[in-house]
Amino acid sequence: MVPLWMYLVVSAGLFAIGVYGVLSRRNAVAILMGIELMLNAVNVNLIAFWRYLTPMDVSGQAFALFVLVVAAAEAAVGLAMIISIYRNRQTVIAEDIDLLRG
Amino acid sequence: MEITAETVAFAIFAVFTLGGALGVVTMRNLFHAALMLILSLFGVAGLYILLTAPFLAAVQIMLYVAAVAILIIIAIMLTRSLMKAPIAANKQWEVSALIALIVLVSLVAVILQVSGGRVRSYWPQEPVGDVPADSITALGASLVDPDRYVLPFEVASVLILAAMIGAIVIVRSRPTS
Amino acid sequence: MGDIITTIGTFLTDLLSSLGMGPSAVEITIKIIVAAILGVFGIGLVIFTVWLERKVAGRIQDRLGPNRVGPYGIFQTVADAIKLLTKELITPAGADKVPYNIAPVFSVLGVLLIWAVVPFTTNAIASDLNVAVLYIVAVGAFGVLAVLMAGWSSNNKYALLGALRVVAQTISYEVPLVLSLLVPVMLAGTMSTQGIVEAQPIWYIVYVPVAAFVFFVSSLAEVGRPPFDLLEAESELVAGFHIEYSGMRFAMFFLAEFMHAFAISALTAVLFLGGWRGPWVQQYPTLGFVYLGIKTMVVYFVVMWVRCTVPRVRIDQMLNLNWKFLVPLSLVNVLMVAILGKLPLRLSEEQVAEVLQNTPWVEWAFGPEFMAELPRAVLFLLANAALVIVVLALLGVYARRERRKVEALVDEGEFSAPQPAAAHQ
Repeated sequence: MVPLWMYLVVSAGLFAIGVYGVLSRRNAVAILMGIELMLNAVNVNLIAFWRYLTPMDVSGQAFALFVLVVAAAEAAVGLAMIISIYRNRQTVIAEDIDLLRG
Repeated sequence: MEITAETVAFAIFAVFTLGGALGVVTMRNLFHAALMLILSLFGVAGLYILLTAPFLAAVQIMLYVAAVAILIIIAIMLTRSLMKAPIAANKQWEVSALIALIVLVSLVAVILQVSGGRVRSYWPQEPVGDVPADSITALGASLVDPDRYVLPFEVASVLILAAMIGAIVIVRSRPTS
Repeated sequence: MGDIITTIGTFLTDLLSSLGMGPSAVEITIKIIVAAILGVFGIGLVIFTVWLERKVAGRIQDRLGPNRVGPYGIFQTVADAIKLLTKELITPAGADKVPYNIAPVFSVLGVLLIWAVVPFTTNAIASDLNVAVLYIVAVGAFGVLAVLMAGWSSNNKYALLGALRVVAQTISYEVPLVLSLLVPVMLAGTMSTQGIVEAQPIWYIVYVPVAAFVFFVSSLAEVGRPPFDLLEAESELVAGFHIEYSGMRFAMFFLAEFMHAFAISALTAVLFLGGWRGPWVQQYPTLGFVYLGIKTMVVYFVVMWVRCTVPRVRIDQMLNLNWKFLVPLSLVNVLMVAILGKLPLRLSEEQVAEVLQNTPWVEWAFGPEFMAELPRAVLFLLANAALVIVVLALLGVYARRERRKVEALVDEGEFSAPQPAAAHQ
């Protein structure tokens, strides 16, 4: 089989790209997509470790499932907020949403 | 390392995952970025299949591609007057790239255990055993087992319910007074 | 002779091995051949089903249907296909080229992938996944994706509106679809389609007719067949998401719709009508193809029948039907199956033997498995009948209230009775 470190490197790359997306994009939807990438990187790690180190146990898969649930909830609420902000302020650019700034 | 069907599949899925992810963060057209996100998520599902987790792969496609990605595309469509933004990245993109690079380098360094210029592979080359055939059944049972994950499972259900109600409340258009 | 699949499989394996291939290469080659056969079968079938559908629709509407090309017009579809293939491919000026061109491919792909988990007979299934039911739901994502890509990249407001309607419809109807898919999974205790067929000595439509009904209706909506074809409602949206497509690309969307309708018929047959099950199928597995074909055709006929007789629903009716009727109904149904499924009603082997002593003809006709499952099936059927009665009563109350509302509006003069045109002259 493919050695474990290859999966870990792919996952690290995915995470780093996600970090770049979250920090550099202006559009809130794009920031959300970066977060999804990071969550996926975590899941790849969980599943890879589960497969190589504890395939007899189910905890790796169970944790990955909970991450998926959280990701889905986060996407639903995040997008609802983005649409609500767009309705009120006609923008989804993260820098322009600074109502609370003094 | 010899080339087998599995290594080829791994290479393809890894390219999908990382290439798609790069597309997500660099594409100027947000709709294209969302399509790239879907490509990346498919790559991740493929990696799950290689890791003998077909259940997770199916859930990944069902939840991420069919629900989250499509939700994102709809959000993009609803806010589309801003689609053709002149620049995709903000002013701090150079700093962000640096931070991302630092994250990548440090993670890869830890993974490959770089010490004194010598790359030593610390991780197992082969899994310690096979996945039991009833892995999915065991997963399902563990989710409702009081000694294992029944509490997280119930909390997750409450979270989903809260997210659902929250999303509806947030986007509901209030009658103008 | 009865087991044609094993014969062909052994023949192919021997042939490929004699050509000097290694065992894994042989396996991969056979998988590719199976995939090619399934793909060609899925597409080739459409030529027949389109003709059949036009013929049946013609008969139902008191017309003849196609009757010029070939005997009974059977080559009409071939002629149409040739016409479509030779037409010009138009890409609108403002279109987003890459998604615009990929979308038709995705829409066909999403349907063809379903055939991978349809069990044709005891030993003929392309891939006996242990997550097959989940896989069926997952590949449905391709179809939604294709529609979204087509609608967005066409750069046309009708296409975009049509695509948004499709997404609203398919995402909403996925909820009752998944909930009703859960019922056979819970009854059989497996997500493998082959396992579900094997667990049906008594068809699941007898156990849970409500789930079968919900599955059928929500998959009609998933496919976008009439009466749920408001995503391409000609009178409102011109043609919906594929308005800008022409020639081959339009043909692919068309193909995908017809293939999908047939695929959901096959899935209904597999999940609720016992799939390849029938008399003597264990001795002669080839019969399984025939039984599955007959059952699929029966369901497909119902699909056509519904198409020809039920008018298109409005978008608010479509959403109301889903969220206020199908979702609560399937939730209650899942709950009921979960509770009743816990009862120890399956007869043990001794009990079955005892019953069969008195009635040997039952074993001859149906087999011992049938007897063991009978008490469970009867109980589920009774529970479903009770559920149907309650639902009908509630629907009656709702309909009466709606009618009163309309009558009140008429009394207030909001609506006036339609006047004959001559009265205005």
